[in-house]
Amino acid sequence: MKLYYRPVQNAWWLKRQPYVLFIVRELTSLFVGLYCLLLLVTIYSLGQGEKSYDGMLIFLKSGPIIFLHVVALIFTVYHSITWFNLTPKAIVIPFGEKRLPDIFIAGSNYVAWVILSGIVYWLIVRF
Amino acid sequence: MTKTFEPLWWSLFSAGGVVAALFLPIMILLSGIGMPLEWFGVAGDVFAYERVRGLVTHPIVQIFLFVLISLPLFHAAHRIHAALSDPWLKHMESFLSILLYGGAFAGTILTAVILLQF
Repeated sequence: MKLYYRPVQNAWWLKRQPYVLFIVRELTSLFVGLYCLLLLVTIYSLGQGEKSYDGMLIFLKSGPIIFLHVVALIFTVYHSITWFNLTPKAIVIPFGEKRLPDIFIAGSNYVAWVILSGIVYWLIVRF
Repeated sequence: MTKTFEPLWWSLFSAGGVVAALFLPIMILLSGIGMPLEWFGVAGDVFAYERVRGLVTHPIVQIFLFVLISLPLFHAAHRIHAALSDPWLKHMESFLSILLYGGAFAGTILTAVILLQF
């Protein structure tokens, strides 16, 4: 059986702002994946000995790679914000007769974000 | 294949989304920007080989790194799959599934193997 696929225009997502934001949100995952792989390579180099780890640090200190991380940071922060703001739509917590207001559910994510970032900072920089 | 496993992919996507949202910005800020720009002193101390190796040898840090790398890989696979297959490449959906979810799975195994070296 041959299926029919409706032809699509490549630029459909540029037509409306919500579509653009949708594609940007999906695009954040590219940087998520990229950073994870880069982190994995760094850990691998750490296991290969001091020489290869120091070589990796030199690579990470090159201008384009720092720039890539700045872009990745902007995209992942956008992912965090859109993700946290979506949680009230996925989680319903009963609160008396009603449901817990959205702002508390989303807000608790932001609180967790700050606390966990603080713990990671402490572990990596101060520990 | 994709259809029957949909709940599994969705839970991994969702868990990975949470992990990425909570931990990736600070990790990128510290390791990808703070380290090269030497915000915390020269790499001689905070990011020195012996010190970082000591951290990564700790079982709790290993579990953290495993979760930090593997779950967001599935998250990314799911999103890239959704972004490419539905609007553009519907006819290549099975190929994309194998490539992306398979890649995330391979990355997970690789992460475990690399972390177990320490």
